[in-house]
Amino acid sequence: MSALAADREEAAVEIVDLATTPLRELNQRLHDLSRAPGPAHWRVLNPNGAHAVAAGIDADVEVEIDGHVGYYCAGMNKRATVRVHGNASTGLAENMMSGLVVVDGNASQSAGATGRGGLLVVRGDASARCGISMKGVDIVVQGSVGHMSAFMAQTGCLVVCGDAGEALGDSIYEARLYVRGSVASLGADCVEKELREEHAAQLRGLLEAAGVDADPAEFRRYGSARQLYNFRIDNAGAY
Amino acid sequence: MAVEANGGRPWNLRESYLFDRVTIAEIQRAAREGIYDIRGFGAKRPLPHFDDLLFLGASISRYPLEGYRERCATDVVLGTRFARKPLELKIPVTIAGMSFGALSAPAKEALGRGATEVGTSTTTGDGGMTDEEREHSETLVYQLLPSRYGMSPDDLRRADAIEVVVGQGAKPGGGGMLLGHKISDRVAEMRDLPKGIDQRSASRHPDWTGPDDLEIKIHELREITDWEKPVFVKVGATRTYYDVQLAVKAGADVIVVDGMQGGTAATQDVFIEHVGIPTLPAVRLAVDALTELGMHRQVQLIVSGGIRSGADVAKALALGADAVSIGTAALIAMGDNSPEYEDAYRRIGSSAGYYDDWQAGRDPVGISTQDDELAARFDPVVGGRKIANYLRVLTLETQTLARACGKSHVHNLEPEDLVALTVEAAAMARVPLAGTSWVPGWEQP
Repeated sequence: MSALAADREEAAVEIVDLATTPLRELNQRLHDLSRAPGPAHWRVLNPNGAHAVAAGIDADVEVEIDGHVGYYCAGMNKRATVRVHGNASTGLAENMMSGLVVVDGNASQSAGATGRGGLLVVRGDASARCGISMKGVDIVVQGSVGHMSAFMAQTGCLVVCGDAGEALGDSIYEARLYVRGSVASLGADCVEKELREEHAAQLRGLLEAAGVDADPAEFRRYGSARQLYNFRIDNAGAY
Repeated sequence: MAVEANGGRPWNLRESYLFDRVTIAEIQRAAREGIYDIRGFGAKRPLPHFDDLLFLGASISRYPLEGYRERCATDVVLGTRFARKPLELKIPVTIAGMSFGALSAPAKEALGRGATEVGTSTTTGDGGMTDEEREHSETLVYQLLPSRYGMSPDDLRRADAIEVVVGQGAKPGGGGMLLGHKISDRVAEMRDLPKGIDQRSASRHPDWTGPDDLEIKIHELREITDWEKPVFVKVGATRTYYDVQLAVKAGADVIVVDGMQGGTAATQDVFIEHVGIPTLPAVRLAVDALTELGMHRQVQLIVSGGIRSGADVAKALALGADAVSIGTAALIAMGDNSPEYEDAYRRIGSSAGYYDDWQAGRDPVGISTQDDELAARFDPVVGGRKIANYLRVLTLETQTLARACGKSHVHNLEPEDLVALTVEAAAMARVPLAGTSWVPGWEQP
């Protein structure tokens, strides 16, 4: 690449240093993109664990964050691609609607909670309650997930390339869970199901989208037994 | 004559206080059906309430204001602490959160129409925001609940305020359940769940736990909405003093405290009747908490749970609330439990004045149902007009009492204007027992 081309590329990236720029200013500028055009690529420096970084974006934009972020990074994201080159704390991409969120490191509790669309990728591990109450989001975790992951998961897919902690998929509805490693235990009404070709195809697509090199044949599928969908007193012991 | 006084039975027949006929019926129902009683409405047991307080009208030591002539203002501003756009309401009575799902679409529309006509707010509920209620509600509060059914950043941005619901008075510490027979195609789609299955609403939020997390959650909501919207925090009345202080420290603009008389669409009877504290002591505890932090009137307080009349409104305000919220009373104003539907109620095993099966979806009035045929009976324009009328009456009654106490604004009512009829109410509201200077449980410093 010529020096000129490199300069142009550099100029095309909007750099915001949170060591000197208030978070409010960053988020406001990102939100303004839904009403007026602006830079398509952003780089955020020195997040230092700040909360709600890049939360509430509704624009076709790419945001790269160099460092660790606090709670609710990319919360309620729409359309944007947000890449975190570090770890993420609680509620990563909570209630995301669409777009792509990728974390290079680990994610703390409730990653992808209640997400309604888009793809969330965690390269490391995700802690407890990953995908809790998920409503259509797809989540791919390259490492392992903690206990109570996919609790009350409604729709969407949770792919775990490592192991899953206790009570996976407790009270699950229609979400699909794919786990390559061990499952410490399954939660109420969650059972292992046959992984048919249609599921393998879906899983293959998710792994490709997430950039994960893994063989779908190594995974097992889990989902709802649908025994607790309507309250029956005879099931009281299951709760 | 004596026989008639015992309900037509001989005097030697004595009903047990402990095992009365209601209790007997419930034990036998439980044995027959094998499931606890789930119902709507609020607590039905007798509880200390605003009825146990009286106003001291003005006389020689205070002078009153002239009814219908001298101004007695009723406006209230909610969310002055951090929000760029606080809510400016004309009256201190708002409509509480009730979900589309629990209520029919026309009923939700009527609530919006009525509230808008008199310049106050209405609130969404568990299940998201419908276009109808947004369209017909000039000021709409959008609830963020543990289930997050239908939660959308677009709706957050088109709301006028955000209410983080931690709990509600009918079931503090409990989640919710919308039974499968109320899940229509539209409700199912809004909640991202299949039609016809019971929809459980969680009792805890999925992405925060405790006051420190709540502070960060509120911060996120403000960031997403560019610090424009007031953020309310709603709690069911239990450990009210501490909950209010923690909510304030978490950054709430407005606190909503819902006493145990607050209504519900579907909750276990045992929960409704046995968890939480009444609205009366909750108001006082909330005001104490705010006052101690120096935040009374800086963080506004909305009180709900059993508000029926302007007297209830005025007493809540006198104890220190900035506004009240109505739910059950609003449904009744729209026609719920109307004797006009007595025959229809009888056909489903109930009676006007007793109907509480809001969870069942068979409401003959068309309010607590998702049945298209039943819902079509309810005219949202007429319902909206009834809501507006009722809100006006509540306001006029509140003004009447405030003027009698010599107040030019309903917010000038104060505890000093009140006395209690019972020892319990005096202790809970911390106002003197009528005719005495005795406030039980409180020693004058």
